[in-house]
This record gives sequence, structure tokens and C-alpha cells, in this order.
Amino acid sequence: MHAFQPRNFFKTSVAALAVAVAVPVFAQTTITNVSYDPTREFYREYNAAFDAHWQATKGERVNVRQSHGGSGSQARAVIDGLDADVVTLALAYDVSALHDRADLIPADWQARLPSNSSPYTSTIVLLVRAGNPKNIKDWNDLARDDVEVITPNPKTSGGARWNYLAAWGYGLKKYGSEEAAYEFTKKIYANVPVLDPAARGATNTFVQRRIGDAFIAWENEAFLAVEQLGRGEYEIVVPSVSILAEPPVTIVDRNVDRKGTREVAQAYLEFLYTDEAQRLAGKHFYRPSNPAIGAEFADRFPDVNFFTIDEVFGGWKVAQETHFNDGGVFDRILREINQ
Amino acid sequence: MAIALRQPSVIPGFGITLGFTIFYLGLLIVIPIAGLLLYTLQMSWDDFWRAVSDRQVVASYKLSFGASLIAALINLVFGAIVAWVLVRYRFTGKRIVDALVDLPFAMPTAVAGIALVTLYASTGWVGQYLNVYGIRIAYTQIGVIVALTYIGLPFVVRTVQPVLEDLDKEAEEASAIMGANRFTTIRRVILPALLPALLTGFALAFARALGEYGSVIFISGNLPFRTEITPLLIVAKAEQFDYAGAAAIAAFLLLLLINGLQWWASRRYR
Repeated sequence: MHAFQPRNFFKTSVAALAVAVAVPVFAQTTITNVSYDPTREFYREYNAAFDAHWQATKGERVNVRQSHGGSGSQARAVIDGLDADVVTLALAYDVSALHDRADLIPADWQARLPSNSSPYTSTIVLLVRAGNPKNIKDWNDLARDDVEVITPNPKTSGGARWNYLAAWGYGLKKYGSEEAAYEFTKKIYANVPVLDPAARGATNTFVQRRIGDAFIAWENEAFLAVEQLGRGEYEIVVPSVSILAEPPVTIVDRNVDRKGTREVAQAYLEFLYTDEAQRLAGKHFYRPSNPAIGAEFADRFPDVNFFTIDEVFGGWKVAQETHFNDGGVFDRILREINQ
Repeated sequence: MAIALRQPSVIPGFGITLGFTIFYLGLLIVIPIAGLLLYTLQMSWDDFWRAVSDRQVVASYKLSFGASLIAALINLVFGAIVAWVLVRYRFTGKRIVDALVDLPFAMPTAVAGIALVTLYASTGWVGQYLNVYGIRIAYTQIGVIVALTYIGLPFVVRTVQPVLEDLDKEAEEASAIMGANRFTTIRRVILPALLPALLTGFALAFARALGEYGSVIFISGNLPFRTEITPLLIVAKAEQFDYAGAAAIAAFLLLLLINGLQWWASRRYR
């Protein structure tokens, strides 16, 4: 064994440093994409595609660091200083918080990219056990007394707020009044035996614990459950009407300007709207926002009678304040169920 | 006080170690708790009271305190027995048993929660047999107690163990020679010596259980008013960016805990 020789060590260090400085050919930019849980697989593939694209056009490598977690906690992390160049979250309310709470992005952030800044969309569907033993066809079956429903708590899970709003929107359309929609939504939540704090936990309850007859899920997650967790054990039931879930993306202006990464971050998000990326989204069970690419996946994504959160609820801010904040409609529902 | 501080201690290094202790505790404990209280200062007294006295929140205090108390009591009894076995007997595999006690410290709480629910759900290995008798553990308040008992186990064992090791066997022998039966020996000789350690272990297990989040949420079912623990409500508030509300409940929980422990400690040392 060699004795440690400071002189050699010094020489090696200098050589290493020289190599590091002399090889700008492999210049590399690093950006951070803060996203929510189920986009993991999509962005892994997308990041490789974008890296290739950026190398071809700019001759530069892009290393995208991914961060995944619950949408709300991810937004909070960015507010509290996580160095995100772009955020790709589950709902506009969480992204707007970056403006409202920390002024990291401008107020009109959602108008900066096409399709409400949602390059891919999804919807809320029902996952049932193979053969559909409880014969669940639509939202109103979830209000039946003999059906157990699994859905996460909308107070803690951003994704689950879409579930709640989809059910409410159906009740409103079907029964015609706010009061009836309230009673309908209350009946569904009275059928919930386990209220998990997050979507992943709820999936676990339904799939591993085998609790519940129907699982209210994002379409892309329902597909994942069917494909990965138990082929032939579950069926997707597409309800007659559902909400158009728009998970939005934006660059975090304050961070990209400080780090000088605005150009690449902007390109990273714009590339999401190209045909190549749209196909990747479709492959990972998100509905492409480009209708032409969407048509290529027509057999995968059946037509749903969509309504948007803006149409029925007047946008996220109003929906959040009316339904989910403390003392809101959802709290009232819980209170009345537990009286 | 100032005079006492200036008096040179027999052991050198008092100034620097005390300085370090204060700095260390300040950085890790005092500043975060001060931040917590600062957040609650943003609220008016009415808002604060509304946040901490809401019906749903009060229901969660009852569950959190009740389940933590029961879990700590279970650990008090069985932790003492485990410590006794580990100190007083020699058997093969003793070191493995000894290491097992620390497992709840080492295992990520989420893993523990998932493992427990897999075991105790009505489809689980243990749960399916209990289900026959109509006993449901997962997704009930019993499930919360099970998880809290699991994470609190090491505290009682590890505080009682060293005290038990130092306990003079002569005292027990003397007790026996003087005609006491075994029960009396335990009650009059061993228990009084162990009491401080038992109570410390109990208090630690209780405090730990009160703050536990990771393992409980998997097994409790999290139904508001029924199986929802207070830490989950704090997370729910933070998730809505209601930092002040979250801080208010956390501060109130801390207040209740400190008051409770103080009341209890004052009785103990009376």
C-alpha cells in the first residue's frame, strides 16, 4: 500500500481541476421540476426526450432533477424556498399559492401557456373490482346504501378535491339544485369507510386492503392501477359526466431569474406541447391537450361529457373557499354525517 | 444566581459546555417553538379559540390523548416485564430480543404503519381470525392504540433496564430472609426502586405517542370525529396553507401536554 503523499495528491487535484475546466464541451444545465406523485413515470421519459431535443438544438445537456410528493406539500416546499425552476402540480390552486403567498410568479401565470397552462389533462373515473359485482355504472350508484366508496380526504389531498368536485358537479347537473347536489355528495361521503390523507394511501386501501366497492380516481391513476397493480382484477367505469382535471405547469419566475435558467425552463415547458411530448403524455395515461394527438388515443380515452371547474364552480379560488376551507361545505358534510 | 455562576466549579469547562448547551437547545428547540408561537400571534384571540375549540378538533384531542394514555399504560406494564426478562434471566437469543426492542426506533414509521395494517386489516394475517369474532382493529380506535403502543415500546424498556441492572440483589434476599413473600418483595422492595424509571418511561412513551403521525394514518382510517388524530388535523390545515391555524392547534396541544406533565410531575415529587 502506498503511503499518502501530499505532493502527489496536490498534482492529481490540479490535473483533475484542469480536466474539469477544460471540458466545456459537456456543458450541462440543471433545472428542478417540482411535481406531484403520479407524474413520476411520465417525467422520467419526458426529461430524456427534452434532453435529446435541447442537445440537438442548443448543443447542451439538460439535467432535470425531479421532486415528487403530494401537490399541496410540494407547493409549500417551493414557497418555503425549494429551488424549483418549474412546477407541474395537480391543481391551479396550489400553483396560485406561489403567487398569493410568496409572489414567486405573476398573478396571470395561467394565461402564459396554451390550454390554461395544462399541457395534459385527465378526468375523474370510478375503479371497481373485476366483473363489477355491485353493478356500479355512474356517480349515483356511489350514493346507494350498499356501496362502500374509497376516496382520499379533500382537505389533505389536492387530487381528491377534483373527486369531490366531480361528484358535486354530477349532482348539480342531475338533480338541478345546489341543495340536491349537497345531499347527493353527503350520501357519497357517508359511504366512505376509510378516509386516507393522500391518493397513494387510498389506492393502497382499495387495492391491497381490498376495502370498498368503488374507488374514485384520476383516470391516469386508474389506468396505472389496472396495468400495474392487478391486471384483470379491476375495471374502469367511466361516468356519464365528469370534471376536466387540468394539472397546470409554470416556470417559477423568481427562481429562474436568480439562477439564469429562464430560457431552458421556458423551453422545457413549451416542449410539453409538441407532438412528441403529447404522445408521451398519452402513453402515460394523461389526455393530450392537442386534439389531433388525442384522436390517436381515442380507443384508450372514451368520450366523457366534461365540465370544467371554471364553468361550474367559478374557478379554484371560489371552489376552495366555498367547499374546502375550514367551515366550508365539506366540513358541514362531515359534521352532519357524524351527528 | 450571578454569584453562583461566577463561582469556579471543581470540574473544569463549565462555561463552555453550558454555553454550548444553551446554543444547541436554542437552535434545535427554542427557535422552532418560538416560530410556532409567533405564527399563532398573527391570529386574534377569537380566531385562535375558534381554531382550537372546533368540535372536530376537540374530538381529535380526545382520541389523541386517550389512545396515547392507553398505549403508554400498556407499555408501562409490558415494557417493565420485558426489561425484567432481559436483565434477570440468561437465555439463548437474549441479544436478539434485546435488539428487537429498538426496532420501533429504527423503522420508518410509515413502514411500521403499513406493516401493522397488513397484519390487522380484516383481510390480514391476524385480522382475519379476529374478524371471525367480530373484533376489528384496523380502521378503528383500537388500531390507533396498536400503532401507538408499537412506537412507544422502547421507552419504558430502555429507561427501566439500567435501573434494574443496578438494583441490589441483596435487598431482595434480605427481604426474603426477613419473611416477606415474593409478592411483598416486588411491591415493597423492587417497585419503589423502579418507580422513577417507570414513570419517566411512561411519560416519554406518552409524549411520543401524542406527536406520532406516520404510522397512525395508515391504520386509523382517519374518519373525522371518530379516528382522526390531532397531528393529522395539523397537516390538513397546513395543506390548505392555513399555517396560523396549524400552529394554533400545535401550540395548544403542546400547552396541554406540558400542563399535563407538569401537573403529573408535581404530584410525583410532592
